[in-house]
Amino acid sequence: MSSIKTERQVIFLFKLLVHIKKYKKECVLGPLFKLLEALLELFVPLVIASIIDDGIANGDKGYVVGMVLLLIGLGVVGLAFSITAQYFAAKAAVGFSTGVKHELFKHIESLSYSEIDNIGTSTLITRMTSDMNQIQSGVNLTLRLLLRSPFVVFGAMIMAFTVNVQAALVFVAAIPVLSVVVFGIMLWCIPLYKKVQQRLDKVLGITRENLTGVRVIRAFCKEKEEIEEFTRSNEELTAGQKFVGRISALMNPLTYIIINLAVIWLIQTGAVQVNDGILSQGDVVALYNYMSQILVELIKLANLIISLTKCVACGNRVQALFEIKTSQKISDDTSIVGDPDLAVEFRGVALKYKNAGDNSLTGMDFSVKRGETIGIIGGTGSGKTSLVNMIPRFYDATEGEVLIGGRNVNSFPLDELRKKIGIVPQRAVLFKGTIRENMKWGKNDATDEEIMAAAKTAQAADVIDDKGGLDYEIEQGGRNLSGGQRQRFTIARALVKNPEILILDDSASALDFATDAALRKAIREMDSDPTVFIVSQRTSSIQHADKIIVLDDGKIAGIGKHEELLETCQVYNEIYSSQFKKEAV
Amino acid sequence: MAKKASVGKTAAQKGTLKKVLKYVGRHGFLMALSVILAAASVALTLYAPILIGDAIDLIMGRNNVDFEGIANILIKTAIVVGITAVMQWLMNTINNRITYHVVRDIRNEAFRKIEILPLKYLDAHPSGEIVNRVIADADQFAEGLLMGFTQLFTGVVTILGTLVFLFSISWQIALVVVVVTPLSLFIAKFIAVRTYRMFHLQSETRGQQTAFIDEMIGNQKVVQAFSHEDEALEKFEEINNRLADCSLKAIFFSSLTNPSTRFVNSVVYAGVALSGALICIATAGSAAPFTIGQLSCCLSYSNQYTKPFNEISGVITELQNSLACASRIFELIEEEPQVSEPENAVTLSNVKGRVELNDVSFSYTPDRKLIEGLDLSVNPGQRIAIVGPTGCGKTTIINLLMRFYDVNGGSVSVEGNDIREITRNSLRQSYGMVLQETWLKSGTIRENIIMGKPDATDEEIIAASKASHAHSFIMRLPQGYDTVITEDGGSLSQGQKQLLCIARVMLCLPPMPILDEATSSIDTRTEIKIQEAFARMMRGRTSFIVAHRLSTIREADVILVMKDGHIIEQGNHEELLKKNGFYAKLYNSQFAV
Repeated sequence: MSSIKTERQVIFLFKLLVHIKKYKKECVLGPLFKLLEALLELFVPLVIASIIDDGIANGDKGYVVGMVLLLIGLGVVGLAFSITAQYFAAKAAVGFSTGVKHELFKHIESLSYSEIDNIGTSTLITRMTSDMNQIQSGVNLTLRLLLRSPFVVFGAMIMAFTVNVQAALVFVAAIPVLSVVVFGIMLWCIPLYKKVQQRLDKVLGITRENLTGVRVIRAFCKEKEEIEEFTRSNEELTAGQKFVGRISALMNPLTYIIINLAVIWLIQTGAVQVNDGILSQGDVVALYNYMSQILVELIKLANLIISLTKCVACGNRVQALFEIKTSQKISDDTSIVGDPDLAVEFRGVALKYKNAGDNSLTGMDFSVKRGETIGIIGGTGSGKTSLVNMIPRFYDATEGEVLIGGRNVNSFPLDELRKKIGIVPQRAVLFKGTIRENMKWGKNDATDEEIMAAAKTAQAADVIDDKGGLDYEIEQGGRNLSGGQRQRFTIARALVKNPEILILDDSASALDFATDAALRKAIREMDSDPTVFIVSQRTSSIQHADKIIVLDDGKIAGIGKHEELLETCQVYNEIYSSQFKKEAV
Repeated sequence: MAKKASVGKTAAQKGTLKKVLKYVGRHGFLMALSVILAAASVALTLYAPILIGDAIDLIMGRNNVDFEGIANILIKTAIVVGITAVMQWLMNTINNRITYHVVRDIRNEAFRKIEILPLKYLDAHPSGEIVNRVIADADQFAEGLLMGFTQLFTGVVTILGTLVFLFSISWQIALVVVVVTPLSLFIAKFIAVRTYRMFHLQSETRGQQTAFIDEMIGNQKVVQAFSHEDEALEKFEEINNRLADCSLKAIFFSSLTNPSTRFVNSVVYAGVALSGALICIATAGSAAPFTIGQLSCCLSYSNQYTKPFNEISGVITELQNSLACASRIFELIEEEPQVSEPENAVTLSNVKGRVELNDVSFSYTPDRKLIEGLDLSVNPGQRIAIVGPTGCGKTTIINLLMRFYDVNGGSVSVEGNDIREITRNSLRQSYGMVLQETWLKSGTIRENIIMGKPDATDEEIIAASKASHAHSFIMRLPQGYDTVITEDGGSLSQGQKQLLCIARVMLCLPPMPILDEATSSIDTRTEIKIQEAFARMMRGRTSFIVAHRLSTIREADVILVMKDGHIIEQGNHEELLKKNGFYAKLYNSQFAV
């Protein structure tokens, strides 16, 4: 989050607008037709003036009817123009947001774990959904109205010049004053509005916290304090809202005063001009009408500006995401620097997470031969998951290098690297869709036989039979499966890939001991003979491994076989006895 | 959007409206002031064109201008305009104030309700949904209410006022306006009914897209691990295009309303111009001629009159929407709260730890029986362990002890008092709970640890953290005890979060600790060390332990073996093993490798 707060405001929005290029035609045509419509409206006061000066003055009913028909004609053409404009505006806005969403989705997918950890999933989702909706309607409104309003305002001024230069000067004076007021209030409100949103976020945070933590809050009898805190934050929010409200409420009265002062000045000037015979009475009415048109447009503009302000704020949030680039570069140096027969080698590797105070891993030095099984064990927060996450390059080493087949992991294209590696994460995640669709994540063109073979190894075959075959629909998040079933499926999914390296990150925790043992046996017997990493807290899961790495507080406390470690490594010995010795007594 | 007016819905809307008015009613004086200001400012707004019209009439032609008259009128206009502007601002400010205060009150009330709702309700409703009511619905409601205040009322007054003025100037022209304008309402409605279906389709597709984004971005790490990015993008593209298609239709067709009603307005305008001009010509030279100024005034009125008409149809939609939002918040506010405490409720003090469960029966849903006829008697200082397979009701017993849920039958008593006769605060303060699902508040590490004892000294905090083996990792955080953590604990591992929760309880040394799978995410080595600290904490205190690792509960005085909501075996470790029943089976299966 913190990195996003350092955003550079308005420039961002313009950067985002690059994505509208594809809709150049619509962006030009939309406002253009809108302007044409506005242009027609500007003729209306002229027509009225001629009705007064020529029609009524001469008592010419025919002329009056003709002019009124002209008015209706202008209305019809205006309607056609306006509908065309709406169509182009809608098309551009929708096309724009569709395009940005596509790019954004692609961009988010390209971010590495470390950026995702930093940003947080929930804000990624809100930016892609609600922020984008705000932007879409903002762009649509802008294309429809934003150009129209200034056009009407300046158009009215130009038309006033065609009527009378002296009177038009009133417009020349009034418009800058109006602009200052409108934009001044707008600029004043944008940061205030943002502050209000932040305060709203706070209120939202407290509410959510009180729902997720309800048991703890009640157990500690914190209800009263929480209510006080909520009331305080809510009061701050309300105060902010009222303050912005008071300022934006200035917009209409101020413009109303300015316009009417201009009208008064206009009448005064007009009176003199008419007295001198330079101007007719109808001309004065026309000028007055132009001034009224400006007022109407400004009121519309005021409403637009509120949603535009929101749109700018949301646009900044979205662009801020685009500004975050993945920190992982693919190195050009594809040379083999290590022993090509080693499946995996860590050379003096250290890992420090972004914004963390300290290294999570230091001095990781070990090598793994092809086909070996490696057990990784250690206490809470000792760095087990961090260690295996560096093999598929989910995180980059901050020091040293990780080699696969003698080649640095950062020289592989990511998809090539990850094709070699099958990982079963701690949290068993499945996706909405059939079992078959989920299994095909490992390999797009996997046959049913391949899937069943993998499932058999993962001890999931009987679950599939129970559920009635591969066409069984899994609900979002795998809600309709038990924890153990989910875990077996995620293991099968990784096996379908037929990976060179298989990583099981504490992924058998929900399996009973017998199934866990059967699983390990089946993996050992796989034809492809993958290199296997097993992360576990149970010594029983790893004691038969070819090599066991014992981690303690981010450092290697010992490497070796079970029996060796029992003798040489105190940490391992303690872990083992905590699980077995005591039971034996 | 189209009004799907079923009778039930309108009745419900009326009910909601009444409740809203109750809140608004608290600001009765401001409300009245706002109404008066609205009426007055509208009247003055309408009066200004008349003045201008009069002024124009004094500009007859060359050398025929009444400058003095004009100056008088213009000064009058300036005063009227000034007063109008001030009144408008005051009115807007007052409306803002009423709206935001109403929403603030509703939010506060909703939050207060959340704090006293039974867990039964909170457990059954996804937290996102409730948050949505307190935040998004309240916001939407505020927006609608404000819009209603500022536009609906002034709109109606403007329409009525304009009509009165128009009739006073020329009833013929007024009639033209009255007859033609409703056309725009018909058109607006016609379009709205037809676009409703498209909006519906749009929000449905949008929902699908959000669900997909939620799934893929939420599990981004798995997506990347399987190089599934391209497939995900492809699927996203498909939904995105479908959404673009129906969004375009929905937006375009709904945006037809404005130009169409504007067209009706220009017809009205033309009608006024025609009838006005003809009347002018007809009455020219008569005793009471229809003047140019009056015509200009009528034209300006016809603009002012049609504008609120367009707005009102929008405002009504917005108001309906906002009432729907309000009703969702009211639903929450009116939800049945937990049973209130009796007036003479006992305040527990000096708790020894005698707990009694008598013939307790309980179930979350009436059709699925869970606990029946449960009897348990705990003496002070005893350690009670509860074991059994998942879903057998272990955590449920804790829910009953803490009175998160009330028993359906029988009773739970502490120190001889039925817990329904004890104040909730003193009951819960007697326990100290560590749950399997860790929960940390957003705030500093220190704030999280002192939750149970806000006046703890630094020494006490550090001692508690050391006892729970959290001290060393806390010291490695960037700002130690003052490191701010986000709501779900951010970058802390599950095990570290659990250590913090343990430190929290260690600090306040409660009379009766409850440990519900308290060490499930902690490695066995640290666990053993923490067990020692727990053992010290539990010495002489009644304690309840739920665990699935049997090694942690062997030393308990009483082990309750639960299955399907029943206690099927009861006794200490040795007794139960000797019995060779369910417990023995469970115990042996865990160590058969």
